[in-house]
Amino acid sequence: MTTLLIVVLLGLSAIAFQTGRKKALRATAGNIAPLHSLPTYYGTYVALWVGIPSLIVIGLWLAFEPQIINALLLAALPGDVRGLSPAELGLQINDIKNHAAGGITSSELSPRLQEVADYYLGLRQNGLLGMTIVAVAAGVGGLAVGWRHVTSTFRARNHVERTIRVVLIIASSIAILTTVGIVLSLLFESIRFFAQVSPIEFLFGLQWSPQTALRADQVGQSGAFGAVPIFAGTLMITIIAMAIAVPIGLFSAIYMAEYASSQFRSVIKPVLEVLAGIPTVVYGFFAALTVAPAIRGFGEGLGLSVASESALAAGLVMGIMIIPFVSSLSDDVINAVPQSLRDGSYAMGATKSETVRQVILPAALPGIVGSVLLAVSRAIGETMIVVMAAGLSANLTANPFEAVTTVTVQIVTLLTGDQEFDSAKTLAAFALGLVLFIITLGLNVVALRVVRRYREKYD
Amino acid sequence: MTAMPDQDVEMGRAPAPMPNKIRTQHVSVYYGDKCAIKDVSLDIESNRVTAFIGPSGCGKSTFLRCINRMNDTIDICRVDGSIVLDGTDIYDSKIDVVQLRARVGMVFQKPNPFPKSIYDNVAYGPRIHGLVSGRGETDDVVEASLNRAGLWDEVKDRLQDPGTSLSGGQQQRLCIARAIAVQPEVILMDEPCSALDPIATARIEELIDELRANYTIIIVTHSMQQAARVSQRTAFFHLGDLIEFGDTEQVFTNPIEQKTQDYITGRFG
Repeated sequence: MTTLLIVVLLGLSAIAFQTGRKKALRATAGNIAPLHSLPTYYGTYVALWVGIPSLIVIGLWLAFEPQIINALLLAALPGDVRGLSPAELGLQINDIKNHAAGGITSSELSPRLQEVADYYLGLRQNGLLGMTIVAVAAGVGGLAVGWRHVTSTFRARNHVERTIRVVLIIASSIAILTTVGIVLSLLFESIRFFAQVSPIEFLFGLQWSPQTALRADQVGQSGAFGAVPIFAGTLMITIIAMAIAVPIGLFSAIYMAEYASSQFRSVIKPVLEVLAGIPTVVYGFFAALTVAPAIRGFGEGLGLSVASESALAAGLVMGIMIIPFVSSLSDDVINAVPQSLRDGSYAMGATKSETVRQVILPAALPGIVGSVLLAVSRAIGETMIVVMAAGLSANLTANPFEAVTTVTVQIVTLLTGDQEFDSAKTLAAFALGLVLFIITLGLNVVALRVVRRYREKYD
Repeated sequence: MTAMPDQDVEMGRAPAPMPNKIRTQHVSVYYGDKCAIKDVSLDIESNRVTAFIGPSGCGKSTFLRCINRMNDTIDICRVDGSIVLDGTDIYDSKIDVVQLRARVGMVFQKPNPFPKSIYDNVAYGPRIHGLVSGRGETDDVVEASLNRAGLWDEVKDRLQDPGTSLSGGQQQRLCIARAIAVQPEVILMDEPCSALDPIATARIEELIDELRANYTIIIVTHSMQQAARVSQRTAFFHLGDLIEFGDTEQVFTNPIEQKTQDYITGRFG
C-alpha cells in the first residue's frame, strides 16, 4: 500500500510537471521569450502543488494515527477490561496489538478480545487506505489548483525559489532542533538527578559507587555519587594521550610541511589519515590485548605492580588514535603560513630548524593550539578504547599503572543492560553526560575562536 | 661609517667605474625543463645600485635570487654557470649557504616582518649568526640598523610592538633594517616598493641611495622611473635573455638595442 502510494504520487508529480510546462508553453504558442519564467519553473511549480499537500496529509496521519486508533481501540474494549489498572490495561492493549500483528502474546486472548483485535486490524487497514485516498486526492486537487495558476505572466520562478528556501530552512532547523532537543533532554534528566543528589556532592565528592540499594537491608550498595575520581581518571587518560599525540603529531606535521619532498608527502599524508579511519573498537582491542599486557610485563620487569587494565595503556592507544588529528590540522596550519615569511628567514641565512622554531611555529601557534584543543575534546569524549582498556573501578589515583575509569565509560556502564530509568544510578549518566557536553563544547568554542583569529591575521 | 666613495654620482654624469663585487658568467637557470635565464654574464660593481628591468616573466627576479642561492629552496630549479662573489664561486660545493646569505641580504616585494616584536625582527639575524652576545650589544645593533633604515625615530618608543603593527612602508624599512643588521656586503631588493604608496616609495628610494655608500645594491623593479632615479647601472632582461647592460644614463637616453628602446619608450611591456 505504502509503496503504491509513493509510486502514484511520484507519477502524479511527473504528470504535473509535464502539464504545467506544456500549459505555459501553449499559453505563448511555444515561445519561451514572452514567459515570465523558464517552462521548467512552471512544471516544478505544479509538481510542488502535488507533492506538498499530499506530504502534509501523510505527515499529519503519521503524527496522529496512533492516538486516534488507540482511542478507538479503548472505546471498543469491553467494560471489565477498561476498568483494569493502567498497567494491566497497557498489557492487554499490547496483547491485542501483538495478536493483530501475528506476534506472540503473553496469554491466550479471550474470544471477545480476539474480536477487538480483529476490529483493531480493520481500523488500521481502513486508516491506511483512507490516508492513501486522501493523500492522492490532495495531490490531484493540488495539481488542479497549480495548473489553474499557470499563465504566461505568472511568476513561477519566484514561487519555486521561495519554496526551495523554505525547504532549506526546514532542513537546517531540523538539524538545530535535534541538537537542542538532545541538550534539553540531557538537562532535564540531570535536573532530576540533582533533585536526588546534591550538585556539590556530585562535583566534589571523592567516592563513586553508583549502585543504589533496592531493598533497605542490602549491603555494599552505598550509592555514593562523588564524580571526582571519574573526572580525575578522564583527565589522566587525556593527559597521557595528549603527551603522546601532541609531540608526535606536531613533529610529523613539521616534517611533512617543511622537510619532506612532495612525493613523500603525497604518500605519507594519506597513510597518516588512514590511522584516523580505523574504527575505535579496533584500537580498543589493540589496547586491551596487546598494549596493556605489554605494559604489565614491562612494569613487572621493573618490579612495579601494574593493573592489567591500566590508565597508561588506554592513554597510549588513545594518543596514537589522536596523532592524525593533530598532525593533519597542524600540517594545514603550517602550510598556511605565508611563503614570504620562510623566504625572509632563509634570506637572513637561517637554517631550516631555526626558521621552523623562530618564525613558522610562532606564526602558526594559534592554529596549532586550536588543533590541540580539538584533539583534547576528542580524547575526552572517546569511549570505546577506554571501555575496553581502562577498566571500571573509580580509583582516585595519580599512578598511571593503576586502573582508572572515565566519564564515558561510566555512562556506558550505567546505561547498558536492564536498568530502571528513574533511579539515581541511571540518572547519574545524564549528569555525567551534561558535564562532558559542557567541557567539550567549551573546548570547541575556544578552539574555533583561536583558529578564527589566526585566519583573520593572514588571509 | 666608511667614507662615501662617489657621492658625486648623479644622473647626467657618467660615474667612475668601481671594482667588481660580483661576476656572473654564462648563468642559465632552469625550472624543470623550462629555461628561465639563458646564458647571462654580467658584472656587478661595488657600492653601486644596479637595476634589473624588463617585462614580467623576463627572469630578472629569478636571476636576482641566484645571487643568494634562494633558488635552492625550489626543488625543480637548477642553476648552470658561475657566480663569483669577491673571488669565490658561490655555487661551489664548499660554500655554506648560511654564510653566503649573511653576506648577501635580501628584501622582498611584499614586506614580510616575522611574527615577532620590532626589536626581535631586527635582532633575528645577528642572533642566529652569533654576531651579538648580551642584551647591550643587541640593543646597539638594533638601534644602529633601525637608524640606517631611517626607522629609529618612528619606532624607538615601541620596540616591543609586533612588526606587523607598522604601516606598509615602515614594514619595508623594518625589513631593510633586518637585512642590514647582519652587516651584509650586498643587498638584493626584489621590487621593494611595488606594494607601497608613492610617499613610502620615495622614502625607500632615498634610503637606497644612502645605503649605496656601504653596500652593493641590486634592485629589481617594474618602474623604469625608479630604475632611472636610484640606479647607476641598468640591465634590461627580456624572455630570459640579457638584452643590454650599461650605465643607467646611457641605457635610458641612448640605448644600443632596439628592444631596449622599445621597452623604455613604452612600446611593449
